[in-house]
Amino acid sequence: MSTTTIAADRPGNADPAITPFTVTFLIRRFDPEVDEEPRWQDFDVEMYATDRVLDALHKIKWEQDGSLTFRRSCAHGICGSDAMRINGRNRLACKTLIKDLDISKPIYVEAIKGLPLEKDLIVDMEPFFASFREVQPFLIANKAPEGGKERIQTVAQRERFDDTTKCILCAACTSSCPVFWTDGQYFGPAAIVNAHRFIFDSRDEDAKVRLDILNDKEGVWRCRTTFNCSEACPRGIQVTQAIAEVKQAIMRGKP
Amino acid sequence: MTQSSSFDSADHTIVDGVHYHQFDVVIVGAGGAGMRAAIEAGPHAKTAVISKLYPTRSHTGAAQGGMAAALANVEEDNWEWHTFDTIKGGDYLVDQDAAEILAKEAIDAVLDLENMGLPFNRTPEGKIDQRRFGGHTRDHGKAPVRRACYAADRTGHMILQTLYQNCVKHGINFFNEYYVLDLVMTNVDGVDQPSGVVAYDLSTGELHVFQAKAIIFATGGFGKIYKTTSNAHTLTGDGVGIIWRKGLPLEDMEFFQFHPTGLAGLGILLTEGARGEGAILRNASGERFMERYAPTIKDLAPRDIVARCMVQEVAEGRGAGPNKDYVYLDCTHLGAEVLETKLPDITEFARTYLGVDPVTEPVPVMPTAHYAMGGIPTNVNAEVLRDNTTVVPGLYAAGECACVSVHGSNRLGTNSLLDINVFGKRAGNNAVEYVKTAEFTPLPKDPAAAVRGLIDGIRNSTGTERVSVLRKELQDMMDAKAQVFRTDESLAEVTQTIHTLRERYKNVAVQDKGRRFNTDLLEAVELGFLLDLAEVVVYSARNRKESRGGHMRDDYPNRDDETYMKHTMAYLSGDPHSADAADHIRLDWKPVTVTRYQPMERKY
Repeated sequence: MSTTTIAADRPGNADPAITPFTVTFLIRRFDPEVDEEPRWQDFDVEMYATDRVLDALHKIKWEQDGSLTFRRSCAHGICGSDAMRINGRNRLACKTLIKDLDISKPIYVEAIKGLPLEKDLIVDMEPFFASFREVQPFLIANKAPEGGKERIQTVAQRERFDDTTKCILCAACTSSCPVFWTDGQYFGPAAIVNAHRFIFDSRDEDAKVRLDILNDKEGVWRCRTTFNCSEACPRGIQVTQAIAEVKQAIMRGKP
Repeated sequence: MTQSSSFDSADHTIVDGVHYHQFDVVIVGAGGAGMRAAIEAGPHAKTAVISKLYPTRSHTGAAQGGMAAALANVEEDNWEWHTFDTIKGGDYLVDQDAAEILAKEAIDAVLDLENMGLPFNRTPEGKIDQRRFGGHTRDHGKAPVRRACYAADRTGHMILQTLYQNCVKHGINFFNEYYVLDLVMTNVDGVDQPSGVVAYDLSTGELHVFQAKAIIFATGGFGKIYKTTSNAHTLTGDGVGIIWRKGLPLEDMEFFQFHPTGLAGLGILLTEGARGEGAILRNASGERFMERYAPTIKDLAPRDIVARCMVQEVAEGRGAGPNKDYVYLDCTHLGAEVLETKLPDITEFARTYLGVDPVTEPVPVMPTAHYAMGGIPTNVNAEVLRDNTTVVPGLYAAGECACVSVHGSNRLGTNSLLDINVFGKRAGNNAVEYVKTAEFTPLPKDPAAAVRGLIDGIRNSTGTERVSVLRKELQDMMDAKAQVFRTDESLAEVTQTIHTLRERYKNVAVQDKGRRFNTDLLEAVELGFLLDLAEVVVYSARNRKESRGGHMRDDYPNRDDETYMKHTMAYLSGDPHSADAADHIRLDWKPVTVTRYQPMERKY
């Protein structure tokens, strides 16, 4: 999408009297080729109330400092590229509007925690995806469906795991988890969410394997139910509840 | 930075700082088409997928409404009707043999995905549910038909996730955040043959050469030539641009689709599935204006027609809002339950980005640049063509970057998720067959030289031009002069702008001179591709003096089958920076394949 659109173009906020205002951003910078330690740098940016934090990052990069580095792609909360800590909370920069932040104070922006910092707002996502891969995040169904058609699944069966199909693997949940911060071996909420998506899928035949994996000492039992993950999820997934359901399934020995 | 299996140092060598890898099949791009190809190729040939993004970031994930297939799960339907709709929807510029394959193989493509685990919405009987979509009709246009298989308004997300999950299952090698910048061609007996690709590792700034027997381009579109677009920031047409710079042709580049319902001012997509579920477009006075333009299927007319009608309503003073510059998508009569269960994401987009609640208020919308019908010409086997008929052995393309052509001059909604699955699968399978008997084509000396020159040139430039300034001028101009309505005059103007921007681009510099994650440099490279492709789009558009599908010429308002029922083939020839595009773009024509449907007037 266009990110340079001014608010006056926008319906729903089309009052031509609306004028931009200055917002101060404090961004935690780190250039691995220069810096020994991360440092905070402030930028003043002209913003409209309906602009996104991602718009601010783009304005800084495009108008002030081309070296500011962050990931982004779709810019409307679907691709999961731009999870970052905004005023201490994990959010997607493209889904966080200026009007929803307190601009009387500087807005703090930094990389998500718990994953190795690479540069500015970019972290190494590889450990995160490694945990995802470990839970066998794919349908395991050896029996071919009858008549070369689709597998039958009732509306209720489909609904059972709907919430966890929404995951975009942005890592906002996992990198908000205090257990993950102190123990990088913990699978983390996102991997458990993706295991849940298959454990409770009526078409899957191998829930047992995933339940065994998550019964590991670095599995679901590390979760301390702090609800950070549910609050962080930009897709509104009830992450803590999904983890609780996996815990119960392990106790029962089946979904 | 590989994902699913080992990438140990024994697998590759380093010569003069450049890493060399060897794979049977290299797939460039990890969206729907690339990963669908990988699932076929991976188990049978040594395969690598190279992507400038993590696979799950690809823009397939932003597709919403559905994937067409005549399953007939909820009402009578068959693939022949789907074929007809696709041809008519594409305003008869569709290659009809390809459309037949698309519609016929659609059924297995959907079942493949379901069997891989895709969580489709279900009917009360537990079968895959289907909904209506623009241009998809029963019995050759009699009434809308339920043909789109869907998962709420997250169908693309589910496809992308399901394909990635299955790539994990198959242990596919991924090279993530590796940016492919060149296709290496080696002259063999006087003919240029593909021998590999060169990628820039974004995390380190190092160059990697991937020698391959077969190469599949699946790099997506280039919507960022426009300002208002549903496309991701990363959709800069790199793959199509690479092919262009190699002197290989691009087909039908003048045909760009503007999706009718982008959030006004922002361009964020609101699925056509909303209208499939019964939403209605209204002008400022509340009139359902599509009744006037398409009396039979109204709001479910194909996208080119609906987008034009919306722009016309606004142009004639019937637009809504303080500046009368948009129309409304009215979903209020659908009820909260339909919106929350079948259209939850778009409901949230309207709330988040416009502060408008679709449950109670109509949503301001205007067309947004959405999809390139044109691209790298291929045959139905996904083999890339070097002219109208000659295949480039070992080179394949699939998805939005390719032009088969199943979409002709206007793609039907839900046919792109179908295209990536049908032709992604074909590309993967055909590449596997090819590498069984093919040898590696030897690499030329220092195959990374051109990319090194490109990267170093930008990094070390002391120029005064900024990427963001040039890009904004390009995008503003494309929106103003080469959007839904075009004239010779408007296209001539934008041609001149692009030429000036291309000259200024030679003087572009970046502030970030570093090697690691240099996204400043990345954006500069991307801009080069955008400028190249915008020029081809505009030049091809100027040459087509008729109106057809997504290409509407105010000065030539009618379709002219006698002169123009043929594909445009554009070639780069001569000095790419010569002032007059005519000195470096050569246009040719390619006949349309007609099997059983003669062109008719396109009424809905």
